[in-house]
Amino acid sequence: MESTAHAFKENVGHALADPNLQDSLAKLKVGFSERRRQAAERLPEFEALRDRARDIKNHTLAHLDFYLEEFERKVIGLGGHVHWAPTAADARRIIAELCQSVNARTVAKSKSMVAEEIALNEHLEALGIAPIETDLGEYIIQLRHEPPSHIIAPAVHLTKDQVADTFLEHHAKLGFDKRLTERNDLVAEARYVLRQKFLDADVGLTGANFLVAETGSSMLVTNEGNADLSNTLPRMHIVLASIEKVIPTLEDAAVLLRVLARSATGQESSAYTTLNTGPKRHEDLDGPEQYHVVLLDNGRSSVLGTEMQDILRCIRCGACMNHCPVYGAVGGHAYGWVYPGPMGAVLTPQLVGVEEASNLPNASTFCGRCESVCPVRIPLPKLMRHWREREFEKHLTPKAVRQGLAMWSFAARRPALYRRLTAMANRVLALFGRADGRYRTLPLAGGWTRFRDFPAPQPGGTFHARWAKRKA
Amino acid sequence: MSTSSPRPPVRPRRVALFVTCLVDLFRPSVGFAAVKLLEDAGCTVEVPPLQVCCGQPAYNTGDRTTTRAIAAQVIDAFEGYDAVVAPSGSCGGMLSHHYPGLFDDDPALKARAENLAGRSYELIAFLVDVLGVRDVGARYQGSVTYHDSCSGLRELGVKAQPRNLLGSVQGLELREMKTPEVCCGFGGTFCVKYPEISNAMVGEKSADIAATGADTLLAGDLGCLMNMAGKLQREGSAVRVRHVAEVLAGMGDLPAIGEPERG
Repeated sequence: MESTAHAFKENVGHALADPNLQDSLAKLKVGFSERRRQAAERLPEFEALRDRARDIKNHTLAHLDFYLEEFERKVIGLGGHVHWAPTAADARRIIAELCQSVNARTVAKSKSMVAEEIALNEHLEALGIAPIETDLGEYIIQLRHEPPSHIIAPAVHLTKDQVADTFLEHHAKLGFDKRLTERNDLVAEARYVLRQKFLDADVGLTGANFLVAETGSSMLVTNEGNADLSNTLPRMHIVLASIEKVIPTLEDAAVLLRVLARSATGQESSAYTTLNTGPKRHEDLDGPEQYHVVLLDNGRSSVLGTEMQDILRCIRCGACMNHCPVYGAVGGHAYGWVYPGPMGAVLTPQLVGVEEASNLPNASTFCGRCESVCPVRIPLPKLMRHWREREFEKHLTPKAVRQGLAMWSFAARRPALYRRLTAMANRVLALFGRADGRYRTLPLAGGWTRFRDFPAPQPGGTFHARWAKRKA
Repeated sequence: MSTSSPRPPVRPRRVALFVTCLVDLFRPSVGFAAVKLLEDAGCTVEVPPLQVCCGQPAYNTGDRTTTRAIAAQVIDAFEGYDAVVAPSGSCGGMLSHHYPGLFDDDPALKARAENLAGRSYELIAFLVDVLGVRDVGARYQGSVTYHDSCSGLRELGVKAQPRNLLGSVQGLELREMKTPEVCCGFGGTFCVKYPEISNAMVGEKSADIAATGADTLLAGDLGCLMNMAGKLQREGSAVRVRHVAEVLAGMGDLPAIGEPERG
């Protein structure tokens, strides 16, 4: 999808003024974090599992070439095919050619953030191939021509009423001309409409939560079972996954699954966990005739061995955004691209360029709540700070900020000068603020006083001045 | 003041106060409250004159060169003290968790940074965890709610300590917020770089504070306190905002943050 990350501040303005979005975010903030907390509490070894999950991913990243080749060997041995896609364009081309090779007219898709990353739908549509999103949330936003706003709950920005309106608008022509009000009725209607699309699909395309090197399996978790229909009914199953999704063994997958669902939704495990291991075998009753895995790099290998490598541990649970007060205030669309929240603030500059996404790693208070819940212990604030350092080196930091910082640091490195300046500031601010104890407006502090009063200093001098007097 | 075991085998005597730039400029009483609490617990408190700032404004803007220069200055200024104590989890965390990583290419300075990190503390955690203070012998008539500032909470594990000491204050009733651990939206320069987001965050915080019905808001970091006080006062709230050290040191009758001198 086209990035609007450069327009972050404008996006924020729209998000804060959108009452439907604010309603939805209010629910998200309470729901997800409370469920995760309870799930973690119920499992005494949860913290130890997070350590193991981190170690598994670190080990894999240290030997990524080995495990990817092992995975490829296994897939080929099963009768499947592996396609290496260095860039998003390569992945789009490979998938389009695969679809065209079976004269596909429709592709049933199960939610894949990597497909969003490479803008697959737009590409297929241009070639006359209709992609059909089968995840309920993805289906809703596909009808509305909106990008996902959350990596596991793509339509979380919408209220039930908005979904009801969308269904009425798009399903009336299929005979569903009654506006629904109950959640279950909406789900039932979507299920009915989607069922025929599964049966019609020529190709099923899914993402993968994990690729298991020892068996050549791709592993998917969903709560709707749509992935299972996407990959068993059509003739061809294409798995689209980025290279860091590979892990060594099924045993490792078991560890990661245990932290994934708990971190994401607070479930002990997702409703459906599906392993796809090659095409339909002779004795199988169903399954795809062809099984293809497209492995996307898209800049990830260049992160290996750098200070940003930890972000490749991410297992896309969404806990960081569920707990992020900035995401909770503005929602996912404000971030302007596929991946929102703290993990997006680290990954997006890597994938679309730091010039485009320079705001994202800056729009954080470094409150650290993301890191405190990350199932693979990614030090997200530290990585955001590294982006700020790169921006500072590249002179991308806004000029006013640089100048202010330069003046401050000139003084901060000269204690005697600093004392004189702070004594002066203290005197002036205390004097003019004395009557009210605070300022409603203050020159050069508009960012503060637009929304908040600014407390005046206590009268009587700075601490250091008063301490010197006390000692004298 | 009564203290109880367990205590560490060696009791730090000579303690340096890291005043923090906000306390120095805006609310010296927090510094004096810290001195009183430390002296009451048997420490000799000194205030190294060459201290300025911990360097976070530069660090969080991505200016590593300036951060290193300021950190080196702090390391010099606080050489030789048994402990370095800050009335702030944010500045305390900077010294104890972030300084060593600044000097990966300079083993000599790294060793000194690690040494400083090992003896740097947030004030309330130092009083409780290191000095074993259990009762501060203070009075405060009112109901208070306590906000957990982010760095203190998540980097330094400051959570139970202030509540334990507040429990020893006569007349004080603690009323917890629904989400005391959620950021108030200050974030240093964040609050002026992204004022709309910061405002949304502090607006939610002020609603959470109001819902407790408490008449006083306390926290351990002056930046967060100024942010929340500014928002509460703009909204016309009567909630008074103070640094937790002031209440613990028996200075709870001073004009609150953003309030004028009386009389």
